This record gives sequence, structure tokens and C-alpha cells, in this order.
Amino acid sequence: MSVAALRIALVGNPNCGKTALFNQLTGSRQKVANYAGVTVERKEGRVLAPSGRVLQLLDLPGAYSFDAASPDEAITRDVCHGRYPGEAAPDLIVCVADATNLRLHLRFVLEVQKLGRPMVLALNMMDAAKKRGVHIDVAELQRRLGIPVIETIAVRRDGAAKLVAQLDQQDLPAPPAAIAADTDLHVAVRELLAATVTMPQRTARIDDALDGIFLHPIFGLAILAVLMFLIFQAVFSWATPIMDGIGAGIMALGTLTTQSLPDGALKSLLVDGIFSGLGSVLVFLPQILILFLFILVLEESGYLPRAAFLLDRLMYKAGLTGRAFIPLLSSFACAIPGIMATRSIQDPRDRLTTILVAPLMTCSARLPVYTLLIAAFIPHRTVLGLFNLQGIVLFSLYFAGVTSALIVASVIKRMRRDKSEHALLMELPSYRVPNVRDVLIGLKERAAIFIKRVGGIILTLIVLLWFLSSFPAAPADAVAPAIDYSFAGRIGHFMEPLFAPIGFGWQICVALIPGLAAREVAVSALGTVYAMSGSDDAIASQLGPMIAHQWSLATALSLLAWYVFAPQCLSTLAIIRRETGSWKIVAIATGYLFALAYAGSFITFQIASALT
Amino acid sequence: MRLSELPQQITATVTAVEDIGAADLIARRLRDLGFVAGELVKIVAQGPVQRDPMLVQIGYTRFALRRAEAARVQVTPEST
Repeated sequence: MSVAALRIALVGNPNCGKTALFNQLTGSRQKVANYAGVTVERKEGRVLAPSGRVLQLLDLPGAYSFDAASPDEAITRDVCHGRYPGEAAPDLIVCVADATNLRLHLRFVLEVQKLGRPMVLALNMMDAAKKRGVHIDVAELQRRLGIPVIETIAVRRDGAAKLVAQLDQQDLPAPPAAIAADTDLHVAVRELLAATVTMPQRTARIDDALDGIFLHPIFGLAILAVLMFLIFQAVFSWATPIMDGIGAGIMALGTLTTQSLPDGALKSLLVDGIFSGLGSVLVFLPQILILFLFILVLEESGYLPRAAFLLDRLMYKAGLTGRAFIPLLSSFACAIPGIMATRSIQDPRDRLTTILVAPLMTCSARLPVYTLLIAAFIPHRTVLGLFNLQGIVLFSLYFAGVTSALIVASVIKRMRRDKSEHALLMELPSYRVPNVRDVLIGLKERAAIFIKRVGGIILTLIVLLWFLSSFPAAPADAVAPAIDYSFAGRIGHFMEPLFAPIGFGWQICVALIPGLAAREVAVSALGTVYAMSGSDDAIASQLGPMIAHQWSLATALSLLAWYVFAPQCLSTLAIIRRETGSWKIVAIATGYLFALAYAGSFITFQIASALT
Repeated sequence: MRLSELPQQITATVTAVEDIGAADLIARRLRDLGFVAGELVKIVAQGPVQRDPMLVQIGYTRFALRRAEAARVQVTPEST
């Protein structure tokens, strides 16, 4: 007879090593989803115990208290209470506590005990505790709490064997004795600690020494700057060869698989629609993986909260938080991984603001457009004997992006109805050596989330764009380029009056439509509009002199200004939808970026026209 | 004295956490995190800009608090 799977919930304070323990128990047999309607991750895994019994583990978000201060904590509270809709109450709660941090963690253990459900306490990081000379009288702690207390070392193989043996027992442990409702949990914790724990010193010497360096006002900032530079370099340039390789590989695969097909709509759909869409999805993976490798290692090692500590004051002035820095920095490479990285921001309001301003960071996809226009219109001249005028223009474009992000963030801060103070209240955990398995599992999760939930949206939109740009086909005696006869061409012509005040001719309007797929596609789309052919580089080199001849300087500057805000990246909108779970936010982001782009271009065009 | 006025590396004892306005969630959270009467606290580091935020050692844990948050905590410095 098979026994029904035992439902076990893993709870504990943030930084108690709960997720590492979960990874240790379940390995890669994990299912990651979202709780309905919120962007809190739901992680579940199965363990086959030696007796043949199936243990179904739910890794609940870390919580300091059931008096919830964030959506994560509210979910942990509701699931533990057995009142989360669609989530059965756990049969057994495993409360995880860091053995080196019991003053804080035992209070939450007592709070969980108040629920009166069967529970087990896992004393995690026993190795670190022993190294520090912390002595815990486990038998006495078990007697006083009235629940089984198991020692675990999440990062060591077999470090959780005793826990599995305990969970595998035929009978659930008896629910703990009720704690009087008016008990002061802090007093209770002090009594427990006095009776069961001896600790030679309050902190680890290594933490004190490392904090002395990493939080130093000068050295700390210098180390941070070097690290950020390294991350930026890695995401920006190390990923490029891999991305080029993926792009070329997918296109080659597309050509190879379709070479037996006759030219026509089907072949075009496969090559320019599906394969090119697949390429656009996969091309983001190297950047996402490289960025998250850094983020996971920094988070696991305990450095990330320290970086947030150093930058909090500066970011707070702009209506953001210290934790927003890394997502925004990586948005310079691409907003997709940047927006995914905002998950490390706890306050939902701060996170939303960061997501909304991330597209204002000048991403690398805008560079081909900038390069084309600057080379064509800005004279190669030295200013003040030292600076290159083209370089200055490029710098101002980046600068305009950052400035507008700061302005938008402070406007959002002013407009918010909820004026209550945003708390920092951030724990700086002990430094730890990151665990390879935990980092790899984390990377696998990010990649899977991106491909499964964002890939589909991007692929669909790109096939749709292919359809708009290819149909109806040009007549046989066509004189104008084929795109001019398509739906995209018609939409471009239709948009022309709207864009005339900012100096965009119909060619630019038409090129903006395929440019929705990715900003850099606008360059090859312009090539299509001007009926050029060849590789992207060849088009760019022909296109420069052509537009220099056909466009006014005011139009070029206006298009540059447009690209500072460039609302038209569908992949960014798809990831915003995925990370906020709300089409309304997507509409707000699109609307405000479009308005800024239009206003910026309008002012640029009108001033430039008046001056030239 | 408020925790926000405590000099760095001086040990002090928490006497109370004050609410600012009704239902002060931050004060409540501070109490949950262990800022209760009788606990020892120490400022162990300060942010590089305007010495904000501050890093507070309490129990075995370190918390980064903005000055406005630390101002809710009343402390008595250890007499030396």
C-alpha cells in the first residue's frame, strides 16, 4: 500500500541557509512557479525517503516574522496558517535556524510553534557554529522546545541525512505544547539561550575584518567600483562573441533546414519569422547567465547586501534603494537581464520604480543606431584640442539616459499615493564561500524562466512582425521596395503625419516597425526601406552616406533623441509583463517612454531646425 | 540618546523603540528583529555618504538601518 506524500513546508529567517538545505534535499528535482497573482516564487521538490515514502517539500520565502512586511512574508504566513487559497496546509513544518544566529532565529521558531502544528527544528550551519566555538546543548533545547531538534550542514553532502531520517519516521512528531498568547517571545528566547547556548564572542572575527575592508568609506567604494566595472565588462563584451555565435548558428540552421524549400511565403516564415525569432530569444541567454552568475555569487557570499549598504544613500536620494544599483548597471548592457535582476529588491514599490526606469539606461542594442547616425552626421572634429566631437555626442546620449532615469524615479516617488517610509532594515549576513551547486541551480532556474515564460511572447511577436512586414507582397512590376507595399509600410505611411513634427519621414516610420523586434534591427530595416542588400555591415556602410545626403541634421538629431528613450523594444515589454504580472504596468511603461521619446525628439527637432 | 546619535563602536543598551505616528510598521519590525529593552547594540560601520546608513550589531546579527530608522531606537550608552 502506498502512503500519500507527506507535505512538508520549509520555513525560516532569511539567510538561515534554508534554500541551500532545500537544494541539498531535493537536488535538481525542483519545480519553480509563481504564486497566483504575485511575483513571489513558489519552489517545490520531492524527496524519496529510504522507506519508499515520498516527501513533498515546499520551500517557503524567508520571513523574520508572521507580522508580514512584504508579499513574501505574507505568503509564508498564510501557507503556514493553512489559509492560502489553493495551497493545502502542511502536514509538517521544518523550521530552519542558523546555529550562529539563534538570538534572532529562535524568536521566529517560537512564533511558528504558536501555530501548534507538528514541527521539527533544523539547526543549520552547525559546522560554522562549531568553528566559532559556539556550543549548543541540543538535548536540552529539544526538551525545552518540546519538538525534535536536528543538526544539519546544508552545504555538505549527507549534511541533511539525519533530517531525512527524522522526516521518514512513521509517525509525525506530536504538536508542540501551546505557548501562552501573552508570552514575550524575546524573554523566552533569552531564557532558552541562557540555558542551552554558550558563545565565546558575538561575531565571527573574519566578518569583522572583512567588513572593515568592504564597508570602508574609501577602500570599500574602490572595491565596489572595480567589481562593477568587471560585471559591466563581462555582460557588455564577454557575452558578445557568444551572442554573435548564437545568432549566426541559428540563422545557419534556418538556411540549412529550409534550403530544399522553394522560395516563397513558407520559407520566408521559417527563416525570417521563426528562426529569426528563436535567435532573438536565445541571443539574450549569454548576458542573462553571465549577469546572474555574478549576482548569485555575490548574493551567496554575502557581498551584495554590503554593496547595497554602500550605495543606499545615493540611490535613496533618487527615490530608489541601494539594491537597485546592479539591476540598473546591467541594464546598460540590456534591460532584460537587468529587469530580471530586480528580484533582489525586497520593497515592492522600490522594485517597481527600478523596473520602470531600467529601459532608460542606454542598452547595447542602441549602439548600432547611435554609431550609424553619429558617423553620418556629426563631423569628426576635435573640440578644445582634446575631445572628439563624436565621442562627446555619444557620451551626452548616455548621460541623457541616466539623467532622465533619475528624474523619472523622483517623479514616481512624488506621485505615489502611499507616502509611508520605505524601510531599509537590511540584515548583513555572515560572509560565506558560495556553494557551486546552489549557484548552478540558481542559474538553471533563471534560464528556464526566461525561455519558458518570456521566450514565447517574444517569438510570437516576431512572427507577427514578420507577417506585417511581408504581406501583402509587392506586385511583380513594383518600383518601390517590397516593404512599402506591406502592412508595415502602410502603417508607416499612416504614422507619417504624427511623426512629421519631430522630423521623421515615412522611411523612418516604416523602419521603426520591424525595429520593434529589437532596437538594432532598425538599421537593417532602414536598409530594406532604401532598397539595399547585403550583410548588416555592408548595409550600415552604404546607409551612412545615403542618409547623410537625404536627411537634415535636425532629423538625425531627433532620431538620436528618440533612441535615448526608445520605447519600442518588445522584449523589454515582455519581461516587464513577466516580472510585474501586470499589463497595466506594461502600458504605463510604454506610454511614458513613448511620451518622453516624442517630447525629446520634438524639442530637439524644433530647436535644431531653427538653428540650421 | 537615540541610536542614530550613538558614536561608532560604543556599546549601548536599548531602552525602547518609539512609534512615529500610528501603526508604525518600521518600529514594529525593529522590535521583531530584536530591538527590545535590555539588548546590547553597537554601531560597527557607517555609510560613505553623510554617514548613512549605519550598521548596527545586535545580538549575533548585523542590520543596516537608515538614520531615520535608527532614530526610533532609544539607547543608554555603557558608562565607561
